[in-house]
Amino acid sequence: MEHFLYFFTFQDSSIAFIVIGITLLGIGSAYVGTFSFLDKKALLGDAISHAVLPGICLGFLFAEEKNPIYIVGGAFIAGAMATFLSSWLNENTKLSEDTIIASILSIFFGFGIVLLTVIQKTGNPEMAGLNQFIFGNAIGILEEDLWVYGGLAVLIILTLTVFMKEFSLMVFNAEFGKAIGYPMGRIRLLFNVLMILSVIIGIQAIGVVLMAALLITPGAAARFWTDKLSVLLVLAGAFAVISGITGTYISYVIPQMPTGPWVVVSLSLLALISFLFAPKRGMLYRYFARKNYLRKTQNEHILKSIFKAMEEGKSGLTIEEIYQLYPEQKKQSLKSIKSLSKSNHLVINQNIIYLSSTGLTEAKRVVRLHRLWESYLNEYMNIAPDHVHESAEKLEHLLTPELEALLESRLNYPKLDPHQENIPRDHD
Amino acid sequence: MISFDQNAFLIIVTASLIAISCGLLGVFMMLRKMAMTGDAISHAVLPGIVIGFFVSGSQRGLEVIIGAGLLGILATLMIDWLRKRAKVQLDASIGITFTLLFAIGIILINIFAYKVDLDQECVLYGEIAYLPIDLWITASGMSMGPRITWLAVLNLLLVTGFIWLLFKELTLTSFDENFGLALGIPAGAINLSLMSMVSYTTVSSFEAVGAILVVALLVVPPAIAFLWTKALIPLMKLTVVLGVLISVLGYYLAFWLDSSIAGMMVTVAGIIFLVSAVLKSKKAKFSFGTQEKEKSFTT
Repeated sequence: MEHFLYFFTFQDSSIAFIVIGITLLGIGSAYVGTFSFLDKKALLGDAISHAVLPGICLGFLFAEEKNPIYIVGGAFIAGAMATFLSSWLNENTKLSEDTIIASILSIFFGFGIVLLTVIQKTGNPEMAGLNQFIFGNAIGILEEDLWVYGGLAVLIILTLTVFMKEFSLMVFNAEFGKAIGYPMGRIRLLFNVLMILSVIIGIQAIGVVLMAALLITPGAAARFWTDKLSVLLVLAGAFAVISGITGTYISYVIPQMPTGPWVVVSLSLLALISFLFAPKRGMLYRYFARKNYLRKTQNEHILKSIFKAMEEGKSGLTIEEIYQLYPEQKKQSLKSIKSLSKSNHLVINQNIIYLSSTGLTEAKRVVRLHRLWESYLNEYMNIAPDHVHESAEKLEHLLTPELEALLESRLNYPKLDPHQENIPRDHD
Repeated sequence: MISFDQNAFLIIVTASLIAISCGLLGVFMMLRKMAMTGDAISHAVLPGIVIGFFVSGSQRGLEVIIGAGLLGILATLMIDWLRKRAKVQLDASIGITFTLLFAIGIILINIFAYKVDLDQECVLYGEIAYLPIDLWITASGMSMGPRITWLAVLNLLLVTGFIWLLFKELTLTSFDENFGLALGIPAGAINLSLMSMVSYTTVSSFEAVGAILVVALLVVPPAIAFLWTKALIPLMKLTVVLGVLISVLGYYLAFWLDSSIAGMMVTVAGIIFLVSAVLKSKKAKFSFGTQEKEKSFTT
């Protein structure tokens, strides 16, 4: 608790600095990452973040110390080379995209390891700081580095906001953008530059290997909550900031803990919550929506079967007869009958199940939709009468009252369907 | 004339064995467009290695291999679950899965750091150079040679056995999964068994070349071979040759520059990859090797 208060009241100005830094970098990389996620190029970020390692080492070798300018410069060149190579290979060889990305990633990283061992052999005492780039340590960032990284993050956020329209064109419909005269090639180039920069500012805090998570996960998680780009970007930024601060806090409380892994774990937790509980796209929502739909279908099937029995002159059906009609769904049928009689759609008298007046109206509606759709397919789509049943079996549960009215007027209120069966109406 | 150096010979043989095992599995991963899944698995086995290490107390325990194998399968299932059930797009599913599992691995290493002697750098980069001093001593005290070499031999035997036994199934499901399903081949089970072989190979090699550089050996040699040939058998043969070539060149270059052997092997592979890509590129601006082929194409 003591730690918690000390950390979050920002009494220590260096903590305040780091939190501001991680907030900026979280927003920046989540922004860039969301665009590349929508572009279905999420793993390119992973390739770039591995690929900057040799650049960092070379920058270190040239400057002979941990100079942020040299390191950012080296990392940028390496990242740009990796990006260029992967798009060149994509255009000029028959290799698939995933093979290219995996190759680039591992080759650059392997070369980075060679350089790391070379630096190790030089015995430079500042070498220890280089390991931070692999796993990340936000607490270890120096204030002067923070100015460089923070400034770059602000630059990324501003550029993305100013060119929002251009980048969404690139992601959603690059061909269209080209046709109306946007320089799509240059826009993509600028985007790649921003992507490389966002990787570079992230690695010191998150680490080379895990940087991909900060690019991919916020966008993927936020996508479950909204369809609007602006909301998506804000949410993704918020997820990244929350996890960034959580990770920093943990590595502040437990000093030997690297920051990156905890940022990733809390980000993944937010993502998992989104995947499970988000409205509309979330798994729970979809599970219940599906269950509801299945229940509704089975209810309507039972009403329909009793109505058809009435057409044949019976007054109702026994439960065994219903089971025979749907031998695979005995359990659901029983459930449906119970709930339908509770809602006064069915009346059960001496083991025979009848339709009540509300049940009759509902049953008529389902049968009417089924037969109207059959007529429509037959008349407007020229489908033979023996081929229309399957489609109508599905559409009878889905057609809305508006569509029903439209069908009625298009077909001019028909009396009979293509099988010469009566189309039931309420006033019959 | 360079005198015969037994240590160099052992290191090169072991590296070649590992490169061949990885390459052969990598051919099938590449054909299935699952190169990035291979990458994901090799990151994701880390927590399994750490837990196995913690349970058994040594890097050599069977628990480590079991733990890593389980985690590899878990990663495959998680990617599948995210993609099919949670409906996340494939590239993001891969990215989320491997970063989460890798992060958990790093956290576990830090939690257990004082209890077990497991160095994150060793797991990640490997150090094949220490191989000649890490001997397998039998109960009777007889030295059988380097332990990691034996592990690599066993691994290669299992990989070749696996491919030889399931060659038809692997080939069919790599090229046309639906046709394979129609013939009654359980594509899902074949896929999972391939993934478990990949995770086993990752663990078996992590001491030598490190978990991350396994990816390079898994992906790059098959990719180079694919630039030169499309037929499956030549593809596999070329991958084997490349594995040996990379090991020999990588060792001597690393020896010369006094740097990481595994890293240098990957660097050599990378150079061969880039040269091949330039030579075999569609535009072929630098068309030394492709000129004749182009002529025959136009006539």
